[in-house]
Amino acid sequence: MGKISLEVNGRKVEKEAPDNTLLSTFLREHLQLTGTHIGCDTSQCGACVVHVDGNSLKSCTALAADVNGSKVTTIEGLETNGKMHPMQEAFKKLHGLQCGFCTPGMVMSAIDLLQKNKKPSDTEIRDWLEGNICRCTGYQNIVAAVKEAATKM
Amino acid sequence: MKDFNYHSAKDSKEASKLASSSSAFLAGGMTTIPSMKLGLATYKDLIDIKNIKKLSGIKVSGKSVTIGAATKHVEVSNSKDVKKAIPSLSSLAEGIGDPQVRNRGTIGGSIANNDPSADYPSACIALNATIHTNERKIEAAKFFKGMFETALKKGELIEAIEFQIPEKSSYQKHPNPASRYAIVGVYVAKHKGDVNVAVTGAKSCVYNDKEMSKALSGNFSSSSIDGMDLDSSEMNSDMHASADFRANLVVTQAKKAVDAC
Repeated sequence: MGKISLEVNGRKVEKEAPDNTLLSTFLREHLQLTGTHIGCDTSQCGACVVHVDGNSLKSCTALAADVNGSKVTTIEGLETNGKMHPMQEAFKKLHGLQCGFCTPGMVMSAIDLLQKNKKPSDTEIRDWLEGNICRCTGYQNIVAAVKEAATKM
Repeated sequence: MKDFNYHSAKDSKEASKLASSSSAFLAGGMTTIPSMKLGLATYKDLIDIKNIKKLSGIKVSGKSVTIGAATKHVEVSNSKDVKKAIPSLSSLAEGIGDPQVRNRGTIGGSIANNDPSADYPSACIALNATIHTNERKIEAAKFFKGMFETALKKGELIEAIEFQIPEKSSYQKHPNPASRYAIVGVYVAKHKGDVNVAVTGAKSCVYNDKEMSKALSGNFSSSSIDGMDLDSSEMNSDMHASADFRANLVVTQAKKAVDAC
């Protein structure tokens, strides 16, 4: 057991958790932030992607203890005053999702891309999203959504 | 995942003091955590070494590039100094896993794990690397012992990897389309006097292909290894590629690497 102190979506949280608690478990089960999804649980599908200190990571493959003291942003932290983030808007507008299971990870990963590369090409978007798997859309509309968001962010 | 005690070490001394026969060092955790989740490995203690400042960073001198063990793949791929000194090393780092893996995974972790398909071990062999630990310096040729096996002793911690800057070099891999691990990866480096052809993914452990090194040392042209029929008896054979296919891939990737030099 150890104390985990994080700033999650701008809010300071402090909770006791066993040392083997994954960040994904901590977010979902200790903080009830279930927007972060667990798909494969083997760090391949990317449904669990969140930002830690500004960079995307797969929260199912990081210990909560291991990111202690960090700033974490999850899909729940993207809206401002009830208004969706431009990336969420673009996914909605261009049908960048069907069942929506992979979407939280896709959105978090894509935002990280645009933080690092403001005008990515189709190839750069596809390369970047290689760690995010979608089994519904065939990726076309996801790529289109990321391009659309790039014009708004 | 079974429970363990998490420790964050302040320096190498503390890290090795905490180490025991049932502990592991934790860097990016890109292999350690999945292995523990799958029950392939269990430890009583995990010793996090990421917060040891001395273990991160990149130094370039006239002859070598030294990278701290806890330096992340993204830091190597983005480093202008690495790009200038050994561009192939920067592009190798850029091709590991996916962006999230590159944001966490470290060079020291990759080497200590010595996965038969990992990219970095081939760079160590091709670039005549010296592995600096908290106890000694180990030549790359003596470091990689076998599948997931290295010369590291219990409690011995990699601190940095020193790569020799070659005249020319290139790393080419045929990645598994799902995992991005190398089905076969070949790192060709031309140094003054000799050529190394380090191969990953093909056998149970990274190795320097003597036959191709010899041919390329005589004539550094892809034509000198064209059509070479490598012995496939020790090569891996699995659902992704047969041993014969791998033997052929080693030659084609080596040729690609020479042409890209």
